[in-house]
Amino acid sequence: MDSISIIVLLVFYLGLLFVVARWAEKFRNGKLLTGPYVYALSIAVYCSAWTYYGSIGVAATSGIDYLTVYIGPLIAFPFWYLIIRKIVRISRINKISSIADLLALRYGNSRSVGAWVSLLIILAVIPYLALQLKAISETFHVVTHTDESSSFLLDSASYVILIIAAFSAFYGSRFFDASEKRPGMIAAVALESILKLLFLLLVGIFVVYFVFDGSTDLYNKASELEGFAKKNRIDGAEGAVNWFFLSLLSFLSFFLLPRQFHVSVVENRKEKHLKTAAWLVPLYLFFINLFVFPIAWGGNVLFEGEQVNADVYALLIPQYMDNQVITLLVFLGGLSATVSMTIVASVSLSVMLTNNLILPFGLSKRIHRPDFHPTELIVRFRQIGIFLLLMLAFVFYRSFAMDYSMVSVGMIAFVLIAQLAPAFFGGLYWKTANRKGVLWGMLTGVLIVLVLLVFPAVLKAFKGYGLLEIDMDEFGGAGILDTIGMGILDPIPAALWWSLLFNTFVFVVVSILAKTDYRQRNYAEMFVDIDHYVDSHINAFVWRGTAYISDVEKILVRFLGEERTQRALRIFRQRNQIAPEENLADARFIKFAENLLAGRIGTSSARILIQGVTKEEKISLNEVLRILEESKRQIEQNKELVKAGEELRQLSEHLQSANEALLTKDKEKDEFLNIVTHELRTPITAIRSASEILRDDDELPEEFRNRFLENIIVESDRLNGLISEILDLERFDSGKNALSFEHQNLNEILSSVLETLNHLFVSKNIRLIRNGLEINTLVWVDPVRIYQVLTNLIGNALKYAEGEPAIIEISVTLKDSVQEVEVSNNGPKIPEEELDLIFDKFYQSADSRLKKTQGSGLGLAICRRIILAHHGEIWAENKKEGVAVCFSIPLDSREKPEDSL
Amino acid sequence: MKKIVIVDDEPSILMSLEYTFRKNKFDVFIARDGQEALELLEYVEPDLILLDIMMPKVDGYQILKFIRNHPALKEVRVVFVSAKNKEQDVSKGLEAGADAYVAKPFSLKKLVEQVNELLIS
Repeated sequence: MDSISIIVLLVFYLGLLFVVARWAEKFRNGKLLTGPYVYALSIAVYCSAWTYYGSIGVAATSGIDYLTVYIGPLIAFPFWYLIIRKIVRISRINKISSIADLLALRYGNSRSVGAWVSLLIILAVIPYLALQLKAISETFHVVTHTDESSSFLLDSASYVILIIAAFSAFYGSRFFDASEKRPGMIAAVALESILKLLFLLLVGIFVVYFVFDGSTDLYNKASELEGFAKKNRIDGAEGAVNWFFLSLLSFLSFFLLPRQFHVSVVENRKEKHLKTAAWLVPLYLFFINLFVFPIAWGGNVLFEGEQVNADVYALLIPQYMDNQVITLLVFLGGLSATVSMTIVASVSLSVMLTNNLILPFGLSKRIHRPDFHPTELIVRFRQIGIFLLLMLAFVFYRSFAMDYSMVSVGMIAFVLIAQLAPAFFGGLYWKTANRKGVLWGMLTGVLIVLVLLVFPAVLKAFKGYGLLEIDMDEFGGAGILDTIGMGILDPIPAALWWSLLFNTFVFVVVSILAKTDYRQRNYAEMFVDIDHYVDSHINAFVWRGTAYISDVEKILVRFLGEERTQRALRIFRQRNQIAPEENLADARFIKFAENLLAGRIGTSSARILIQGVTKEEKISLNEVLRILEESKRQIEQNKELVKAGEELRQLSEHLQSANEALLTKDKEKDEFLNIVTHELRTPITAIRSASEILRDDDELPEEFRNRFLENIIVESDRLNGLISEILDLERFDSGKNALSFEHQNLNEILSSVLETLNHLFVSKNIRLIRNGLEINTLVWVDPVRIYQVLTNLIGNALKYAEGEPAIIEISVTLKDSVQEVEVSNNGPKIPEEELDLIFDKFYQSADSRLKKTQGSGLGLAICRRIILAHHGEIWAENKKEGVAVCFSIPLDSREKPEDSL
Repeated sequence: MKKIVIVDDEPSILMSLEYTFRKNKFDVFIARDGQEALELLEYVEPDLILLDIMMPKVDGYQILKFIRNHPALKEVRVVFVSAKNKEQDVSKGLEAGADAYVAKPFSLKKLVEQVNELLIS
C-alpha cells in the first residue's frame, strides 16, 4: 500500500477514536462508560507497541524472556488490588492527579519531591515514548514498503507522528482540573485495548492455522531451528535470579508507570471497579500473550537465514503470505497500542510538568498576584507540553541511532522509574518515611542507574554516530556490569538490584535519622492509616494559625471561577455547620481549599498559594500526634458506637429468635399435654365404665363379669405403662436421663429379651429367625436401655407379624466400627411417607391395620432418644415382605462418633 | 326398639358401651373405627350415633359431615364421645353439628339418660 492511503487510513482511524471520545464525553454518565469494564480495559494500556512488536522480537531472538514483562503484573494483581485501593482512597479525598502529586503531598506538600519525581519520570518516559514513535515509523515503512528517509521532512512517517502528537495534545488537556475524569480518553483507550487484542489474536490464529498446520506443526518446525531449546528454558539458578529481577521490574512498573497510575487511580470512579480489573486485566494479559510465541517462532521458521527485523514479524508474516487485510489490521492494532499509550502517558506527563514544575517554580512569583488568572494559561501549557514532549521523543528517536532493540530501551526506562519504589511503598506503609530520605534515596538510585545503564547506552549511541571514539565496553558497560553482576546477573537485573538496594538503604537510614516536620507527619498518618480517615479526612488535617475565609475565597475565585467557588463554599458550610458570617478559617477550611486547588494546580502549588494568605503557626511534632490521636479516637468512638448499636441490634434479634423458639417449644409442650391427657383418659374411661357396670348390674353374667374385670386390669397396666413412658420421655427431653455405659455383647442382651418374650412367640405361633449370632463384639452401651429398645421393637414385631407362618427375623451385623440390629416382621407394610414419622410421639398411622393394638404411641419415640444418646441411628424400612426397624450403634461412641459413622 | 350405632377405636370402651345399651333395650351396632362406621351406615339407618372423635384415617368430624350431608341420615342424632374435653373442643363439636358432646370418662348411667332424652325430644 502506498503512503498516502495509509495516512488517509490513519486520519480516518483517529477520527473514529475522536468520535468515540466525543460520544463518551457527551454521555459521560452513561452506564457503560462509567462501568467497571471500560475501566478494566483501560488498564490494559500497559500493553503498548512493545507487546505488539518488542515482545515478539525478544521471543524470536532470546526466547521466553519476554514473559517477565507480564509475569510481574500477573503476580502483582492480588497486591495490586490492595495497594491501588489504598491509593484510590487517598487520591480521592486529596484530589491527586499524578504520581508526582501523590508523593509531593505525602512528603509534606513538597515542591522538591514533586519536581524531582516529575523530572525523573519525564527523563525516563521520553525515550520510552520515542520507542513508540519508532514502532509507528518502522511499521509504517514496512506496510508501505518504503525506506526510512534520512531527512525527517521527507520521511512520511514523520507526518504520521505529527498527526498523532497533535491529536494527543488536543485531546488530553481539554480540562483544567487535572484530577477530573476524562471519560472520552478512557473510552477511546478501552476501545483500542479491544482492537489491539483482537487483531493480535487474529494474526496469531492466522500464523498458527493458516501459515502453519496448527501448533504442533509449528512447534516441530521451530524446534529444528538452532538454539530453540537453549533459548526457551530458564538457565538454572542464574537464569532464575535474572527472571526474578525482571519480573520484579515489571511488577514495580505496573504501579509506578505514570500511565498506569493515571488510568488505575486518577480515572477510577468506584472502588469496586478494582475487583473487576483484578480478574479482567490478568486475563487480558494472558490472551494478548497467547500468540506471541507462535508468531515469533513462526517468523523464525519462515525467514530463516534472512536479515529481517524480528520485531515486526507480526507484519512481515501476513505480508509474506500476501494477505493485505491482516497486515493492515496488525498495523492498526499496533497503532492502537501506541496511540493509547502515547495519549495517556503524555497527558499524565504534561500534568506533572505544569503542576509540579512550571507552576511551583516558573510561576511561583506571579501566582500570588491577584490579577493573575492562570486558567487559560495552564490549559495552554498542558497542550503545548504534550506536543513538546512528543516532539522531544521524536527528536530523541530521530537523532539517536536506536539500534538498541525496543526492549532494552524500555527496560532502562523501567529501571529508572523503579527508583520511585521506596518512596512510593514506604510512603504508603511506613510512617517514619520522610522527604530527606526520599530525595537522597532517589538521587542515589538514579545516579547508579545513570552510570550503569544510561551512560553506556548514550555512549554507544554517540559512537554509532561517530561522535565519540570511546569503546563503550572499555568505559564501563559490560566490564562494570560483569563485576557488579557478580557473574550471575545480566546488566538490567544487576542495575536494578544495586540501584534499588542503595536507594532503599539510603531512604531508610536518612528517614530514620532526619528530622521530620509536622506536615509530613500529618500526611504520613493520613496515608498509612487511610482506612481510619477515609470518612472524615478533613478532620485529620492538622493546622493552626490565622487566616480569613474571605482571603482564601479570593484565591479560589481566581482558579475556580465565582460560581463554582460559591457553590463549593455553600456545600462546605452546610456540611460542617459553619455560619456564613464566620470569617475565621479553621483547619478544615484550609484543607478544603487546598483540595479544591490541588485538583487544578497540584498539591504543592496549592499549598504555596494558601500559605500566601495565611499565617501558620508552627506545631510541634508531639502536638500533631496528639491531635491526630484525638481525632482518631473520635473516629474510633464513632465506629464503636455504630458497632455497639449493631451489637444491640444483633442481641435483640437473638432474643427475638430465642423467644420464638420458646414459643414454639411452648406450643409443642401444649400439644404434647393435650395428647397426653387424651391418652391418659382413654384407659381411665375404659376402667370407669367397666367398674360402673360391675357395680350397678347385679344380673351380670359370669362371662361378662370376667371380661370387664380383665379389661380393668389390662387398662390399668396400660395406664401405668403410659405414665412411666411419659416420665421417661420427659427425662430424655430435659436431658436428665443419665445413661450408664459399659461394654456389652448385643447378642447377649438380645437373648435375654427373647427369653422374656418367649411365651408370646409360643402363644402367637410366630417363627423366630436369628442371624449374626456369632458376633460377640463388645459395644459401649447402657445395657438396660438397649434391653428396653429391643423389647419395644420385638414387641411391635410381635404385634404386627402375620401370615402362615408369621415370622420375625432378627439380624445383628458388624459394619466397620458400627454394629447394626435389624428387627423385621412379615406384617403389613408402613406407607412410605410414614416411615420417618413413626418415631414421633403419639404417632398414629392412617392405616387402620397398623393402628396400635396396645401401647402408648411413645415406645418408638423413646427408642429413638435412647439410640441417639448412643450416637447411633434408628430407622424403619419396608422389606419385600413386611417391615424392618433397624438401629446402629458405634462400637465406642466415646471415640468421635461422627468420624466413625 | 331404637337403633344405635356406637363408634370407638378402643375395644374395651366399646365393650362397655355395647353391653350397657343392649341392656337398655337398644338395637346396637358397633364399628371399631371410622372406616367401619361409614361402611355400616350404608345399610343401617340408626336413631342415634355415639361417635368417638380421635380415630385414625377417618375421624369423628368426617363421619358427622357424611351424616349431615346424607339425605337419609340427616335427622340422626349424633353424640360425640371424646377424651378431648376442653371447652373449645366441646363448642367446636357442637358447632360442627353434633346434638350433644359427652366427655370421657363418662358415667354410663348419665350417658343412657342423655341418649334417651335426645331420642324423645
